[in-house]
Amino acid sequence: MAESDNIVAETAEKIFADLADAQTINRDKEGNWKAPLWSALTEAGLPLSWVPEDCDGSGASLADGFSVLSSAGRFAVAVPLAETMLAGWLLAQAKIASPEGAMTIAPAGPRDTIKLDADGTLSGRARGVPFAKDAVHLAVLAKGGNGWSIALVDAKSCRIETGLNLGSDSSNTVTFDKTKPLTIKPAPKGFDQTALLLMGCVARSLQIAGALESMLDISVRYSNERVAFEKKISKFQAVQHNLAKLAGETAAAMAAATSAADTIVHATSFDEAVFLEAASAKIRCAEAAEKGAAIAHQVHGAIGFTIEHILHRYTLRALAWRDDFGNESHWAVELGKMVAARGADELWPLVASR
Amino acid sequence: MTAALRFDPIRLPPECVKLRAEVRAFLAEEIAAGTFDPHRVNREDTDSPGFSRRVGERGWLGMTWPKKYGGHERTFLERYVVTEEMRVANAPTRRFFVADRQSGPVLIKYAPEHIKMEILPRICRGEICFAIGMSEPNSGSDLFAAKTRATKTDGGWLINGTKIWTSSAHIADYMIAIFRTSPPTKENRRHGLTQFLVKMKQPGIQVNPIGQITGQFEFNEVVFTDHFIPDDHVLGEIDGAWKQATSELAYERSGPERFLETYYVLTELVRAVGKNPDTRSAEGIGRLVAQLHTMRRMSVSVAGMLHAGKEPVVEAAIVKDIGTIWEQALPHRVRDLAAFVDADVSNHETLDKQLDFATKTAPKLTIQGGTTEVLRGIIARGLGLR
Repeated sequence: MAESDNIVAETAEKIFADLADAQTINRDKEGNWKAPLWSALTEAGLPLSWVPEDCDGSGASLADGFSVLSSAGRFAVAVPLAETMLAGWLLAQAKIASPEGAMTIAPAGPRDTIKLDADGTLSGRARGVPFAKDAVHLAVLAKGGNGWSIALVDAKSCRIETGLNLGSDSSNTVTFDKTKPLTIKPAPKGFDQTALLLMGCVARSLQIAGALESMLDISVRYSNERVAFEKKISKFQAVQHNLAKLAGETAAAMAAATSAADTIVHATSFDEAVFLEAASAKIRCAEAAEKGAAIAHQVHGAIGFTIEHILHRYTLRALAWRDDFGNESHWAVELGKMVAARGADELWPLVASR
Repeated sequence: MTAALRFDPIRLPPECVKLRAEVRAFLAEEIAAGTFDPHRVNREDTDSPGFSRRVGERGWLGMTWPKKYGGHERTFLERYVVTEEMRVANAPTRRFFVADRQSGPVLIKYAPEHIKMEILPRICRGEICFAIGMSEPNSGSDLFAAKTRATKTDGGWLINGTKIWTSSAHIADYMIAIFRTSPPTKENRRHGLTQFLVKMKQPGIQVNPIGQITGQFEFNEVVFTDHFIPDDHVLGEIDGAWKQATSELAYERSGPERFLETYYVLTELVRAVGKNPDTRSAEGIGRLVAQLHTMRRMSVSVAGMLHAGKEPVVEAAIVKDIGTIWEQALPHRVRDLAAFVDADVSNHETLDKQLDFATKTAPKLTIQGGTTEVLRGIIARGLGLR
């Protein structure tokens, strides 16, 4: 679609088009595409989009960064771009400068907590940390006796287990055992693990929505090429209606994700409006990933099930991204609890609040 | 990309916040005065002329229309707020809803000036009710198969034939209908239909009620026998109705009524599970709220694009497709989640009654105003598949 709202996103889009072409990547079994892509992204300042200039970043706006993530989703980008952006953003909350190189964030889910001990070291286990194996540093949110702190940690100072997500990208268990951070500062007032996870949810929602846009695009294109029973399969009503449903799921994911991103851009804190938007986006985008990936594969038939075809780059990543920063079941329970606690007659005012 | 779908994150402007508060206060007064009971949901048989006039007095009908026709020249987003608040409150909107959403805009576009001056202010005052005459016994989704004839006569047209499934025809003062003025041509099977303004309650029109599975009688068969329509009641181009039909559809398809029709059962479920739901109930409610919120954001987005003068036809079709499927499934999902609700909670009877009605209503939601199949055809065309 090349629907870029700003120069930052246009830059990202161009780099992805040049260096993250799905066909090329899919054929490159050695992973030789990764280094040129990462260095181009770094040169353009994209991994540190959300880091202010006084913290050694590029100082792009939140909105610009979100557009980059939509674009990264459309290309199913498999380098730690979103993770480094989130890490830089987290560090900047505590005015910690970002180092060079790839980063990721821990914890990456609601069921793990990293403890800050009285001696200033970190302990605990974070599971499903995306791209931890590829990261040079980690941005860590840790809970101490005096509340939340944000720390910059050298990846070599913690134990990182091997692991892959559904899309075959690194997703690792990271263990902190009396780990001494390089820098640690208190988190701003009101900032907690939920805030971090909600930001992660919005990032993943935009990526899923982007991947769905591409699934729709390549499925429509394929249906207009593939001939069966002596006509293009796009002329069969059953196929048309399946693709219309895929368009609907794509539209829902796009709307949910961009609405949540827009809410964070305009919010002053991680309040109930952000919670509703970000949790809803993660839930709805995850549902769309499930339904959309199934249709994209159905339209492609056997060829889409092969490792040679690029479809899996989008479908499996969209499905994998559901699990990061709390899956849809987790957020549905949390959202349901919030709605119930507010009471039946407060549901509509919440939904209609913007 | 082949498919450039757009759903801009529209934020309702500040005037909408103030307006919403006014609408809520008005509805609370009406409920207190006994005009309607928001928990009694089978409102379709309730026609409330008094309520309709009071809504008109508030300036909430014809909100976006020119002032010279009695309108208020407010924004499409403001109208959106009024519509959704009325719907969520289960207010009796039957008398004015179609006229305000659909018929008025058609008249503004195609009626002669003197007709506009006569009829539009009355819609704005909430005095008159409109019906839409599209379907016929052998022509439903296939609009262009309509056979009801309009034959040219001195000073006007004689109408013969039957319209069917016509909502509100039994109370309507007017109908906007399509009639056959010429046969279709070989090149264009859509040719030959003309849009007319029909004055109801006149000789040559017989309205026969049709019972529905909900137990209500809100749609009808309308039989025309040599009914006379004067020439100035032709709307737009003779034989060219097919050119006029599409642009209004985005308005008709994307509004809040396309996903809020059974919303009340969700509110009642939240009431029934109480402040501390178990995990199963919490997850179920959370998913439904996330889906509802997403649809509303999509619908508001389309409203914003219409407001900006765009024609998001495919996006509107998507909103109606997803929205109606959701509101159709909602009573069934709420039933699942209510299975373990304490039988002694105070609103159990209300919830049960609402579920009965919503379950009976559900099948029509994906049929009326463009079936799921028709919508998916429109989306497929937008994707470049047809």
